[in-house]
Amino acid sequence: MSTTADSYYVPHGTKWPIIGSIGLATSAVGFANYLHGSSLLVTAIGLAIIIFMMWGWFGQVVNESMSGLYNEQVDRSFRWGMGWFIFSEVMFFGAFFGALFYARELSIPWLAGASNNVATHDLLWPNFQAAWPLIEMPLTEKFDVAKQAMGAWGLPAINTVILLTSGVTVTYAHHALKKNNRGGLILGLFLTVALGFLFVGMQAWEYSHAYNDMNLKLTSGIYGSTFYMLTGFHGFHVTMGAIMLTVILIRAIKGHFTPDNHFAFEAVAWYWHFVDVVWLGLFIFVYWL
Amino acid sequence: MSTATTTHDTHDDHGPASGLMRWVTTTNHKDIGTLYLWFSFIMLLIGGSFAMVIRAELFQPGLQLVDPQFFNQMTTMHGLIMVFGAIMPAFVGLANWLIPMMIGAPDMALPRMNNWSFWILPFAFTMLLSSFFLEGGAPAFGWTFYAPLSTTFAPDSTDFFIFGVHMMGISSVMGAINVIATIFNMRAPGMTLMKMPLFVWTWLITAYLLIAVMPVLAGAVTMMLTDRHFGTSFFDAAGGGDPVMFQHIFWFFGHPEVYIMILPAFGIISAIIPTFARKPLFGYSSMVYATASIAILSFMVWAHHMFTTGMPVAGELYFMYATIMIAIPTGVKIFNWVSTMWRGSMTFETPMLWALGFVVMFTIGGFSGLMLGIAPVDTQYHDTYFVVAHFHYVLVTGALYSIIAAFYYWVPKWTGHMYDEKLGKIHFWWSTIAVNVLFFPQHFIGLAGMPRRIPDYSLQFADWNMISSIGGFAFGLGQVFFLYIVIKTIKGGKKASDQVWEGATGLEFEALPSPAPYHSFNEAPAVK
Repeated sequence: MSTTADSYYVPHGTKWPIIGSIGLATSAVGFANYLHGSSLLVTAIGLAIIIFMMWGWFGQVVNESMSGLYNEQVDRSFRWGMGWFIFSEVMFFGAFFGALFYARELSIPWLAGASNNVATHDLLWPNFQAAWPLIEMPLTEKFDVAKQAMGAWGLPAINTVILLTSGVTVTYAHHALKKNNRGGLILGLFLTVALGFLFVGMQAWEYSHAYNDMNLKLTSGIYGSTFYMLTGFHGFHVTMGAIMLTVILIRAIKGHFTPDNHFAFEAVAWYWHFVDVVWLGLFIFVYWL
Repeated sequence: MSTATTTHDTHDDHGPASGLMRWVTTTNHKDIGTLYLWFSFIMLLIGGSFAMVIRAELFQPGLQLVDPQFFNQMTTMHGLIMVFGAIMPAFVGLANWLIPMMIGAPDMALPRMNNWSFWILPFAFTMLLSSFFLEGGAPAFGWTFYAPLSTTFAPDSTDFFIFGVHMMGISSVMGAINVIATIFNMRAPGMTLMKMPLFVWTWLITAYLLIAVMPVLAGAVTMMLTDRHFGTSFFDAAGGGDPVMFQHIFWFFGHPEVYIMILPAFGIISAIIPTFARKPLFGYSSMVYATASIAILSFMVWAHHMFTTGMPVAGELYFMYATIMIAIPTGVKIFNWVSTMWRGSMTFETPMLWALGFVVMFTIGGFSGLMLGIAPVDTQYHDTYFVVAHFHYVLVTGALYSIIAAFYYWVPKWTGHMYDEKLGKIHFWWSTIAVNVLFFPQHFIGLAGMPRRIPDYSLQFADWNMISSIGGFAFGLGQVFFLYIVIKTIKGGKKASDQVWEGATGLEFEALPSPAPYHSFNEAPAVK
């Protein structure tokens, strides 16, 4: 299938980026207006344009790849691109982990008078006591006070097992692909996708429990803020990863991949391992310690 | 392993498509470089016009022309437009034009994504600028958008600013990924890493800084957004967060950001000085290591922007010493440039003048930076005009001067036309005199205690402010003159030779004609 091209493929012109920009701007403007009272219609249109762009752009790249336009050097460019894209995602999560550590190690102790902040504590909220997870924030009237913190050893521990298992199944699929075992590839991918969506479902269940039964909300002070923003962005990334894996599964069923030419599979597998590792950080620092 | 680097055969003989859609759909690194450069020039003029409003209001004490709220919008938008709209895209434009030509590549590694990196920007900045016309006006909290000014007390238009920043971040990260993939994967055979021109090296390191910190900025504005609308308390002490945390996250982005705006400049100067001194660059490898050291240190010094906002003394001491350490690799660079010129047979064409202006005036900005890095004295300098003078010396006479130098140095290669040497020299001397009249007095009024970001001031600052404003108007006029020179050079001029400059080296001068063809290297060039 893939006759290796002898030259670096430089596409001639493309309409997808400008469509993507229009989609991005439409959804951004729409969402900004939604925050000030408009409906979400414009945002939805923008997102539809973005999905259309991704469908078309990725579809074109898949077709070009299948018709053998890409040589090994193009493949390496994709690898560099995907690798450093994942690194940029790591740094995005780093900002939120940074906020978590800052709150836990600095701002909460300082508000309670640690270091040289005795006067801060006495003048602002003299009854405030440092704790983590922080249930009683300094000004409880302004926020939703949770009944308790989210434990680690119930549902989150099960989710950890689910996600780690999915890392194993995707690796199994990769090994099967390299041995040209299509049955194993499809089975491994199917299990990974199923585990991915199971994780997202469990996470949604946990959120519903937290909101309805525990009164733990985004508005529950810095604990609720970091909890939901970190697990929320992670859940969003798992959802994206599971959708990407689904695409790869469909492509695998269609027979798009060969034992030595399957960058798309590997890129998504890298991404999947990345969300896996982020989850371990979350499990340790958000749920457990 | 294939090392052939020709464009695919179905595209071989294509020149540019015709009409406007050429620019919208292009995947050519030269077209995209041109788009970036024109975009940044337009932003320079817009941001510059905001600066003119600022200097006009400050021409005399008292409130004359604009009300204080609008003045604050001007300082905020001037900073944002110049940093994200003028300086950064100009360097990306230069990277697009030059890196493939310098390393012998047919194009950038990911040409479609290259197009998207650029075409996000006009939308992002339209959103940002449209905030002037929204209720409550544009953001007025300073380009550093500290919480709670940007959360609790900000106008509605702040959400346009937030999403604009998200989009700029996407653009920057994609651009940086492209630079890294191009440099690591597209070099001609024989172009080893330590043979790469320094502009390529400095951009490689800049790209890493971009990938590492633009997502952190995206995280910061996302926290702002949720604090504003979804009840989180990242920057709200009442919920256990901290407004000072915003400053830490912002400056973790912000300090590498200032090196993003200066490392490519180092690369440009390292190309120009050897050409006109007719000597190879002194200490090439030490330049590479110095650049890398500066980049690594840039992640460890952020809180020197926050000496007066509350930090344990041990923290102040650490950040002070770490900051002062940056002077070592920067000093290596300055001395290497001076040593390159030592006993060279120098001539002073326009690019060399701008490069020399850079070396002298960037060093002035560097020294005032050392002063600001000393925690006890920063207590006096913080948020005064001394800081304004400092960062305009490094950003205007540093970054902007290098961009202008790069224009004069490479434009004959881009267009095939020499610029008008006489006009270029007038541009340099006019700008250099004006910029010093503009910014040097700000050191004095800053040391005397005039705070930044205010529309009115105490009477004792009146004289130097008036002089500074006169310099400002002159400098602004000089850049309109630059626009004229740019257009004149594109339209015509003396034909440039292939080597352009007698002492020029590098693939773009030695292996390509002037103007460089639409597709540079269909066959990988031989690298000695």
